[in-house]
Amino acid sequence: MAEKPLTDQEFLAYVQGGGQVEVDDWMPDDYRAKLIKFIEMHGNSELMGVLPEREWILRAPTLQRKLALTAKVQDEVGHAQLIYRVVEDLGKPREQCLEDLVAGRAKFHNVFHYPTKTWGDVGVIAWLVDAAAIISQKALLKCSYAPYARIMKKICWEESFHILHGRDVVLTMMLGADEQRELVQEALDRWWAPLMMFHGNPIPAENDPVVEWRIKTQGNEEARQQFLEGYVPQIWELGLMVPDPKLRRRDDGVWEYTEPDWDELRHVVTGHGPRTEERLGLRRLTRDETAWVRQVVLADSHRAYAA
Amino acid sequence: MIYEVFRRERRGQPFEHAGSVAAPDVAFAHAYAHEQYGRRGESVALWVVPRDAIHGVEDFVDELGKNYHRVDGYSLKAKLKEARERAGTAAPDR
Repeated sequence: MAEKPLTDQEFLAYVQGGGQVEVDDWMPDDYRAKLIKFIEMHGNSELMGVLPEREWILRAPTLQRKLALTAKVQDEVGHAQLIYRVVEDLGKPREQCLEDLVAGRAKFHNVFHYPTKTWGDVGVIAWLVDAAAIISQKALLKCSYAPYARIMKKICWEESFHILHGRDVVLTMMLGADEQRELVQEALDRWWAPLMMFHGNPIPAENDPVVEWRIKTQGNEEARQQFLEGYVPQIWELGLMVPDPKLRRRDDGVWEYTEPDWDELRHVVTGHGPRTEERLGLRRLTRDETAWVRQVVLADSHRAYAA
Repeated sequence: MIYEVFRRERRGQPFEHAGSVAAPDVAFAHAYAHEQYGRRGESVALWVVPRDAIHGVEDFVDELGKNYHRVDGYSLKAKLKEARERAGTAAPDR
């Protein structure tokens, strides 16, 4: 990176040409603001994403599943820590991120606003929600902001376990009784619409400011097509039905599907999902309940520095 | 306080920067680094270093043109050709 500050245009050309930016480099205010917003939303999603799964830790069908689900929850909270670290270095403290989150001022991914009704949902989430997420996250490995791209390597590595865990849960149920197969089908029916919204509206990549700055390197529709291409055949081969009569793969390889309800997506991510309030309430509660621990620990460390 | 974490993946390999953790003291920093970068056996050792202890050096301007300590400071091709001609060992022109 050049030592003298660039003009915004020169900086844009630099990142569009594949150039990477480090924490101490000069960067345009607009780029910094977009990074913080995008990465913070990712961190919030990791943190909120454990709540739907956490509800099933105590109800997991076997000890092995309970341990695996607990480990997945630990992974996701760990991702939130890594991601908030990146945001902190960009200038927004983690405490502020968490304040904004529990106050309902910040966004997180649409899929984490929905209920998890049965163990089938746990399998479908770990398999397909994590599959959709890893497609987005792999596209961040080439992010123009290098500290974010670097932690994405570890995150993608761990997500790959989650997909296996989810697929294993689903396969086990599909090999079980009819009632178990029904639970999976019902869960897929519930999750399909949110999954199709997950990658966002099909805004052309060239009009997407986050793509323009090369914060992400693929457009929304490209990611969704990749998801459909990779996972619909895996769903079909188990004898599951995808609840979309229009879904088909054209001869040119493009998947056609029923237009998702983008108003629902907007409504849900602005804090009006079926479980938004309940889950933010739980975050608020645990944050309040653990405040004394943070106070004690931080007081000790301040004393240590003063000594 | 911010601690930078370096990890060694296998014995014999160099430590590489892994990321950073925020922690109130060294004991917490160790615990966080261990959980973040070592719990799946992906590291055989970690270095946990206070960020303040790291001194960056990024000034590599070659003001004096010191190319004599680099490979590109030695262009032998033309001289070698001349020397071979002088010694009569140059490959004959075709």
